[in-house]
Amino acid sequence: MKALLRNRELVLALILVIGIAAIGAYQPAFLAWGNIRDMLTETSVLFMMALAQMVVILTRGIDLSVAANLALSGMMAALVSQYYPDVPLILMIATGIVTGLLLGMLNGALIAYLGIPPIVMTLGTLAIFRGMIIIIARGDQVNASEMGVAFQAFPKQVWLGLTSPVWIAIAVALLFWIFLGFTRAGRGLYAVGGNPVAARYCGIDQRRQDLLAYSISGAVSGLCGYLWVARYGVAYSEIASGYELTVIAACVIGGVSIGGGIGTVAGTLLGALFLGIVMTALPVMQISPFWQMAISGAVILAAVVINARAERRPDKLILPEARRLRRVTP
Amino acid sequence: MTAPVTSGDRYAVADAPQRRWRDIALRWEVILLALLALTIIVNTIASPYFLDVFNLADATFNFSEKAIIALAMALLILVREIDLSVAAIVALAAMGVGYAAEAGFGPPVLFAVAIGIGLLCGIFNGVLVSYLNLPSIVVTIGTMSLFRGLTQVILGDQAKTKFPSDFLDLGQSYFIKMKETGLSWLFLPPVPLSFLIFLGLAVLFGLVLHRTAVGRRLFAAGSNPVAARFSGIPVARLRFILFAVSGILSGLAAALLVARLGSVRSNIGIGWELDIVTMVILGGVSIAGGVGSILGVFLAVLVLGLLTFGMSLNNIPGQVVSVYIGALLIAVIAIPRIIERIRTRSTR
Repeated sequence: MKALLRNRELVLALILVIGIAAIGAYQPAFLAWGNIRDMLTETSVLFMMALAQMVVILTRGIDLSVAANLALSGMMAALVSQYYPDVPLILMIATGIVTGLLLGMLNGALIAYLGIPPIVMTLGTLAIFRGMIIIIARGDQVNASEMGVAFQAFPKQVWLGLTSPVWIAIAVALLFWIFLGFTRAGRGLYAVGGNPVAARYCGIDQRRQDLLAYSISGAVSGLCGYLWVARYGVAYSEIASGYELTVIAACVIGGVSIGGGIGTVAGTLLGALFLGIVMTALPVMQISPFWQMAISGAVILAAVVINARAERRPDKLILPEARRLRRVTP
Repeated sequence: MTAPVTSGDRYAVADAPQRRWRDIALRWEVILLALLALTIIVNTIASPYFLDVFNLADATFNFSEKAIIALAMALLILVREIDLSVAAIVALAAMGVGYAAEAGFGPPVLFAVAIGIGLLCGIFNGVLVSYLNLPSIVVTIGTMSLFRGLTQVILGDQAKTKFPSDFLDLGQSYFIKMKETGLSWLFLPPVPLSFLIFLGLAVLFGLVLHRTAVGRRLFAAGSNPVAARFSGIPVARLRFILFAVSGILSGLAAALLVARLGSVRSNIGIGWELDIVTMVILGGVSIAGGVGSILGVFLAVLVLGLLTFGMSLNNIPGQVVSVYIGALLIAVIAIPRIIERIRTRSTR
């Protein structure tokens, strides 16, 4: 029993089930299949973005440029749809993914091979990507009427009861699970984050792992850029503004350690689901949407406090040690 | 090559190497000074309105409040911490000012309310980071949501716009007016209150960091917290105090911002945290801790402020300006590393 309670993912899942049951008891409409499907669709982008961010945080990095990357890649896909409506849909989606991948590789290359601190690099590219949207779209936005019909219809398609973004999120989650658990490169990400020196002695190239992590983060942001723009039917420079912090919050709630090397696919998915439920449950419970931000803030803080008990920072040991020494030597 | 061990001394301590011309020329502050000169020259050529005392004084309105917070952020980053909640503290404190003004209080109380709220928020951050020993980047992302969320809950979609006129005068007029000083023979540029406060605080922070024991302790805590702790430096308490200072300055900046804008909404100051971190990093404060100077931050504030002002004079939209600032941030960090790499490769 104690061992089960120590399993963070299980505890988080338990909290979620109790929470969902409580909301459902209060407002049965919340548990209607239609509502659950909407909630999953709404959260699908967060699922994928949180997994990609987790990969970066595993290597002791952070990617603050994901939301700006999403907006820029989404704009690129929307522009292709606007100016080349005859291009097959798959190529429009590919435009988003490739744009995101290249932007992520730019981050990764400079972080890995020039040793620029990740927070500095991605803070810089966050500003650059947002500004580039204004430049490539000439300050304009792309509206629903200017995008192709197929372009916008795809995220609304329903297969076997779930919308296509949910299926994509499931596929991406499976890929991440296989990649992080069963491939050499995936295990290497945990290794360089958990103990960079030991990883170096094992012959793992830290720089290649870093480049890989930011490239993955970029490619997923690009895919989500297409989904975001197509689903909401508008592309402009401010979409998903500040979303990078929601994504990082989902990781933290899901038990990913900002110190690197700790984090699971299941935990991160649960963290994202938690935020998704908070966002969709408030309107159902007739609580003002203004509460959303305050609640997620409180949840993040609670999650950090709980997670910290499992992974103490080493310098914390100094004080208790010193106290004990003082007691022994008068 | 260390000095040979002589018979008498157990260890020989080598003298610090002689300062060479190149070391001085490649100092961060010198690079920033050159950048500042370049900014001024290019902008003066690009627009005839740039080099005008009144225009420049006006330009300081747009960055002084952020620059005040940047001073505290510089010290936090110096000791390997970060405070991403500063903009949210600004919002919460600004809201407090809005309610206090509605209740009919005058400027001294309004400033006290803002600083008080800021201090409480800072203490909250400080307790979580220093005494519960949590990573500050995550804590302040959380408190950022919490503080701005509280502002949204309390303020909703309304705005506070009723402020006493003497309060608005503080934020909207020049502190030194040439006519009133009666010293027309002495050239005194018009200076807004917020810039004057920034200058004063910059001098104070510079003196504390570079000329006192407390400053040396901060450098020690930043470059090696464990060694600093074993040397008797209260690292946790220093961190706590810095978070409190960051809260106080955010509150002060909020009061100045409200006095300038004359209105408070829940989205006030949104996104400032990233602008402020950019100022500090461009100022040469290392994110790895233990390296940095207030002079560098001061120069970076001027470079960013004048660059933004010059571009807006030439009708370049704000987000395009941010492309240049982002590129500048990456370039100034990357170029010395590239030079270093080429140099080490050629000597090998």
